[in-house]
Amino acid sequence: MKGLFLAALGALVVVIAALCVGKYLISPADVFDVIWARITGGPLTADPTADTVVFNIRLPRILAALLVGAALAAAGATFQGMFRNPLVSPDILGVSAGASLGAILGIFTSQTVWVIQAMTFVGGLFTVALVMAIGAAVRRHDAILVLVLVGIAVETLLGSAISLIKILADPYNQLPAITYWLLGSLTAINRADLVSILIPIAIGVAPLYLLRWRLNLLTLSEDEARALGVDTRKLRLLFIVCATLITSAAVSVSGIIGWVGLLIPHMARFLVGPDFSRLLPASLLLGGGYLVLVDTLARTIAGIEVPLGILTAVIGAPFFLWLLATRERGWQ
Amino acid sequence: MTLATKDLAIGYGARRVGEGIDLALGDGEALCLLGPNGCGKTTLFRTLLGLIPALSGRIELDGIAMARQSRGDIARRIAYVPQAQASAFPFTVREMVLMGRAARLDLLAAPSRIDHHIAENALSRLGIAHLADRIFTEISGGERQLALIARALTQEAPILVMDEPTASLDFGNQVRVLEQMRALSRSGQAIIFATHDPDHAFLCADRVALMHQGRMIALGTPDETVTAANLKTIYGVDVVIATLAESGRRICAPSLTSA
Repeated sequence: MKGLFLAALGALVVVIAALCVGKYLISPADVFDVIWARITGGPLTADPTADTVVFNIRLPRILAALLVGAALAAAGATFQGMFRNPLVSPDILGVSAGASLGAILGIFTSQTVWVIQAMTFVGGLFTVALVMAIGAAVRRHDAILVLVLVGIAVETLLGSAISLIKILADPYNQLPAITYWLLGSLTAINRADLVSILIPIAIGVAPLYLLRWRLNLLTLSEDEARALGVDTRKLRLLFIVCATLITSAAVSVSGIIGWVGLLIPHMARFLVGPDFSRLLPASLLLGGGYLVLVDTLARTIAGIEVPLGILTAVIGAPFFLWLLATRERGWQ
Repeated sequence: MTLATKDLAIGYGARRVGEGIDLALGDGEALCLLGPNGCGKTTLFRTLLGLIPALSGRIELDGIAMARQSRGDIARRIAYVPQAQASAFPFTVREMVLMGRAARLDLLAAPSRIDHHIAENALSRLGIAHLADRIFTEISGGERQLALIARALTQEAPILVMDEPTASLDFGNQVRVLEQMRALSRSGQAIIFATHDPDHAFLCADRVALMHQGRMIALGTPDETVTAANLKTIYGVDVVIATLAESGRRICAPSLTSA
């Protein structure tokens, strides 16, 4: 409980800080003031510009970062448990590659933003469905190993399609857009995006949250889990569908943001242990807070916006190496 | 609770591992399965647990065909004690043992205070209550085996299936696990276990089944079945069966021919 409380507190502090900082600095007191004025409908004592900045510019972006970070971390924790491997990231089954191909095809064929988002979302879901279908058809080996290997093969295939489109794309308009998208960013977020990802993320997270204790059982060997009374095939299918849904939704507005889904579950495990009853909420909170922090850095540390994927990798990889070098538990 | 098989054939798809297996296990009975590596013990266990389908024949739990029961139904009747393996995540012993409650809980539920109480009772019963908050992967092999037995007990199934519960344990831990098995059996828990040591049959089995090349070649009390002739058939080695003068306990020991 203490760990969860710390995670929640951390996320709250980061959100408040993120509301304050930026090109237009707002004091914490003014932030509370404009929020209070909105809630109560009372008179605004702070600068009206603060109200606009907080509600029209920063809040949608912060909420998007919270949602995307929480989604990626929850999907990462789920996949790590299901694949019994703490080094798995949410794109193990090709969701990111599929989403990327969808987005890049959209950019290449000059679709509207809305269509590109839809193509991204569908690309991610479709790829994982394809991997699952091939995995189900290959029944000769261990089901989990087959899924991982099929995922790698499909991902490689999609990667070559992505490379081909990059070669064919217009180098002045489309290629920079593609590159930028592949590095991930929340710059262009608006309220409509927020609604469009909130629904699939909520639909995907709800079953994960409700069944989170059962996820512990999927970390055991297949025979053990089934002998304990778990219908592992159905449960695993449900978890994969949910985790894919939320990852696809997140990626559809943010582009590819690596490392969050791999790293945050580790930090959460460090904080609250491996039991998913606590690990899942802790991952949601830490993932949300972490991405708000990174996104705030992305828009404040330089004159231009730094793509999120670059920052998460620059922070994530050394942290990961540090974990690898110092911690023994959880790697066995 | 009874478990019975009728003319059971076991195996994987086209590969038939064993056939003509007739077994019956009554309330509180301890049945020891003896047989060399590759004779089909593990395949039989996986079939009895409903993890793989029977190729032909029937398995009945309390007279109901197993093929018609859900995973939860089976888990409430038969619990499985696997050979201890490492877990990818550092669960505590308590968390591990609580997983035994899965078949007793609603789909959306997490273990309640009552479930915690049941898990703690199981740990105390096996004398490892002090390990509750230790990391499962960091305790010794014998302690892990006892923890897995505790997990199976929290499942509250009348039958326990144990696949070589003493494998890869040192001598002291083997004896500790055997003692617990006998105590459980005396308290009314039905147990089917496989072992590589025929002597374990004398220590804690009511009945013994001998498997050889996928067939059941003998089924009866330890005294009837664990004979030098039968062991010669299944293992191809000579053994001495003797009775200890003080306790009257039968023992089985190898007699090396190249002496």
